[in-house]
Amino acid sequence: MEQLINMLMVVILLTNLLLLGSSRMGTCIPTLGFQGILLGLALPVLLFLPQGITTHILVLVLITIPLRGILFPFILFRVIRKTNIQREIEPFISYPVSIFLGILALVLAFWMNSRLTGMSVPSLHPLLLPVAFYTILVGLILIVSRKLAINQVLGYIVMENGMYVLGIAFAGEVHLLLELGVLMDVFVAVFVMSIAIYRISREFDHIDVNQLQNLKD
Amino acid sequence: MNANLFIPTLFAVVFAPLILGIINRTKAFFGGRHGQPFLQLYYDLFKLLRKGATYSKTTTYIFRLGPMVGLVCVLLATTLVPFGGIRSFLCFPGDILLFAYILGLMRFFTVLAALDTGSSFEGMGAAREVHFSALAEVAFFLGLIVLAKATSSASFSDMYSSSFPYIWIANSTQMLLVGVAFFLVLLTENARIPVDDPNTHLELTMIHEVMVLDHSGPDFAFILYGSALKLWVLGTIFTQTIFPFRSGSIYLDLLFSFLAMIVLGVIVGIVESTMARLRLLRVPQLLVAAAALSTVALVLSMR
Repeated sequence: MEQLINMLMVVILLTNLLLLGSSRMGTCIPTLGFQGILLGLALPVLLFLPQGITTHILVLVLITIPLRGILFPFILFRVIRKTNIQREIEPFISYPVSIFLGILALVLAFWMNSRLTGMSVPSLHPLLLPVAFYTILVGLILIVSRKLAINQVLGYIVMENGMYVLGIAFAGEVHLLLELGVLMDVFVAVFVMSIAIYRISREFDHIDVNQLQNLKD
Repeated sequence: MNANLFIPTLFAVVFAPLILGIINRTKAFFGGRHGQPFLQLYYDLFKLLRKGATYSKTTTYIFRLGPMVGLVCVLLATTLVPFGGIRSFLCFPGDILLFAYILGLMRFFTVLAALDTGSSFEGMGAAREVHFSALAEVAFFLGLIVLAKATSSASFSDMYSSSFPYIWIANSTQMLLVGVAFFLVLLTENARIPVDDPNTHLELTMIHEVMVLDHSGPDFAFILYGSALKLWVLGTIFTQTIFPFRSGSIYLDLLFSFLAMIVLGVIVGIVESTMARLRLLRVPQLLVAAAALSTVALVLSMR
């Protein structure tokens, strides 16, 4: 059981590395959905199985899976179909360097975790917090290193996934309504951003954020 | 002296060319062909050994030395790796480093011999080979560090000792990650498909094959046999990392390890038949990914 959770955590780490290293949207979006399903289903179930699954967890799982695993990838696929984007050709930071940054972020995440010893963090699993920090950091790297607006939405969702993992650590203590509120916010944000991207691509024939800075009305 | 010590080397020397036969048959199966006999490489080796060698006038003694040094290096490497739970002929703390650098010496002489011909194509192949193997070395060493940390030993024979299956179960995540990284290193070092196509004869895209174009006769036999042995030694490290199995009986362990090598041949064959060669620019990315896998394993075991 312990090894199974370990492997699951590592698979989540690897999906993050894959997101950093692949240029094709056709790879990134399913990976994101897969990460969402892992986070939404496997993680809470495996973590809380020993102590019994409460309604709280059940509601969380039932709402997270359709949202992170199905709806977000669906919305993103719709955007790339409408804007006709296959892949990002030249990001600010090249893909091998992104993977290297990802490794540095991994070390940083584990270091941050080791500095948290003084705080009273509920420890469901030793890898839970590093994975959460790491996913947040990867989301940040994705947002700053990519030029296409769609990739920034992707990075935003990854970052939010990380916060969700952080939320699992406190799942017993935080009220369900709060988490549902966060999920609602994320959903609305992704929805609005995807519409905005579609509008930008209609207006300017590209969604390169680097060129958006010299917009004039 | 215990006669068992010679078994790992004996297996390598006798069965190494067979693995290439298995890879070729697997590829033929996927291509819908019957394929060459399993023992084709043995026939090729005997044929080449009976021929004479031709040397270009522009080459020096380095060119003649290259294949011999390569074969000796890889033969030495076979004495460092245990097989089927039997300790290797040579083992001492730190032999993992000797192993990596003996293979490095082999590559160095292959590259020197290639450069010695003065052919621009061979120089190109040499540059690529050195570039990719420098990147592969990172993944390989990080993986070795994980193994050394998990087993608290710095010798292959102590790593893959009788207690390895228990250590494996306790660290299965790291071991699987390292195993995948080793597999990518194996494909790179042996010039197999996602990195280099052993069958291609288009010089512009060749890596390993282009360096040995000018060798002929017994020299070429040494090179072919050397690369088969290299596949075998790296393969034994991969299979022992990924399939830990100890029954207690030497014969059963040997049989299992041998079967694992055959499975490795089939896996490589399947990878070669289902994947296309990567563009040269993408290869470093694959190797960086392999290094990343090793690093994740390292971070997990350092935690």
